[in-house]
Amino acid sequence: MLAKRIIPCLDVKDGMTVKGVNFVNLRSAGDPVELGRRYSEEGADELVYLDITASVEGRKTFIGLVRRVAETVSIPFTVGGGIGSVADVDTLLGNGADKVSVNSAAIRRPELIDEIAGRFGNQVCVVAIDARFTAGQWVCYLKGGRERTDRTLLEWAHEAQERGAGEILFTSMDHDGTRNGYACDALAELHNRLQIPVIASGGCGSMGHIADAFTIGKADAALAASVFHFGEIRIPALKQYLGACGLPVRI
Amino acid sequence: MDETVIIKYNAGNVFSVVCALQRIGVEAVVTDDVERIRRARRVIFPGVGEASSAMAYLREHRLDAVIKSLQCPVLGICIGMQLLCSHSQEGDTECLGIFDVPVLRFDNSACPDMKIPQMGWNTISLPQGSFIPRECDGRYVYYVHSYYAPLCDHTAAVTDYITPYSAALQKDNFHATQFHPEKSGDMGEIILKKFIEL
Repeated sequence: MLAKRIIPCLDVKDGMTVKGVNFVNLRSAGDPVELGRRYSEEGADELVYLDITASVEGRKTFIGLVRRVAETVSIPFTVGGGIGSVADVDTLLGNGADKVSVNSAAIRRPELIDEIAGRFGNQVCVVAIDARFTAGQWVCYLKGGRERTDRTLLEWAHEAQERGAGEILFTSMDHDGTRNGYACDALAELHNRLQIPVIASGGCGSMGHIADAFTIGKADAALAASVFHFGEIRIPALKQYLGACGLPVRI
Repeated sequence: MDETVIIKYNAGNVFSVVCALQRIGVEAVVTDDVERIRRARRVIFPGVGEASSAMAYLREHRLDAVIKSLQCPVLGICIGMQLLCSHSQEGDTECLGIFDVPVLRFDNSACPDMKIPQMGWNTISLPQGSFIPRECDGRYVYYVHSYYAPLCDHTAAVTDYITPYSAALQKDNFHATQFHPEKSGDMGEIILKKFIEL
């Protein structure tokens, strides 16, 4: 049976892992390659590396980091942050990334999804969506939540799928950093609307939250950051817990 | 010559296969040079991508005849495995025909909750005589695919997704996996090591 995936997410700035609390105060959580290796050895099913550096120099550092991750880690990993063109994707895949995650650039120019999927295949293209529940509906935001768009979660996710997205990575801005659990209702709606896998993100504070994302939210994968970085949830214990809940997990 | 050759062609990048081999101490050569492939001690035929364009590229560069003529151990991975089969539904493509089995698209019409592609970790079960070490029986490996080879005489591992299908194939010196050993953590490493020892 296909396993539910556990995905630690590493935000990287200037070659170091950081994690935003509600996307603001950044706290350091170590060397991204070593951290990735540790997660892989502990049983993580995939990794996500997000480049939150804005500068050109930081960008080069990140590409070098992608290469070192590919050399070191024997599980799939996705990279994202600031990807705006097929050339960006080509560089990242060429340095060993398995998938790329696109966010703002895809909302601004949705054809980017068609271009990436057409050139490299749907499986490469993860579309990340940050949304907030506003006036009765889930509205998509850009720039880590600073800029509101006129797109809603379900219609944008569906369009992304039709254009060739291989997966949707949905982060609830309302839940992110709260540690009160994932946005399970919205996740379940996405699951019902889409044919492609959905990755839950934002709000993880306990192992029970991850189980809820799979059972209530019907997510295919769960992503979290700080609970892993600071050792509050250890992946072997998490896998045991999920297995005991009757969920298919890779142990 | 004791060279491990990875066939270079237009189906995805091979860097992750190179890295996986390095982790088990094997320096592989990535090439589309026909002579070098012919002289190799072992050949890996990887791939991510689309069957018909990959097959057209192989024909154009005369790699199809070389692959078919190989006597050394060969390992096809993912699209590489599919291209070693007789025919693929993807682009209605005539393939290399090493394994006498067609490649079909997953049909989830009876179970729409089963998503296509299958993306993620699933278990393999091993029939007697499989080239894959017993310690991998029942363990998880990493998949990304929309097409599959049905069970057949060459089946060397079985995975169940929508239907039980060939997770791996073997015939004479030809071996192949639908999953990605280079991305399958410890299990993948065990399988690659075994192939290197063949």
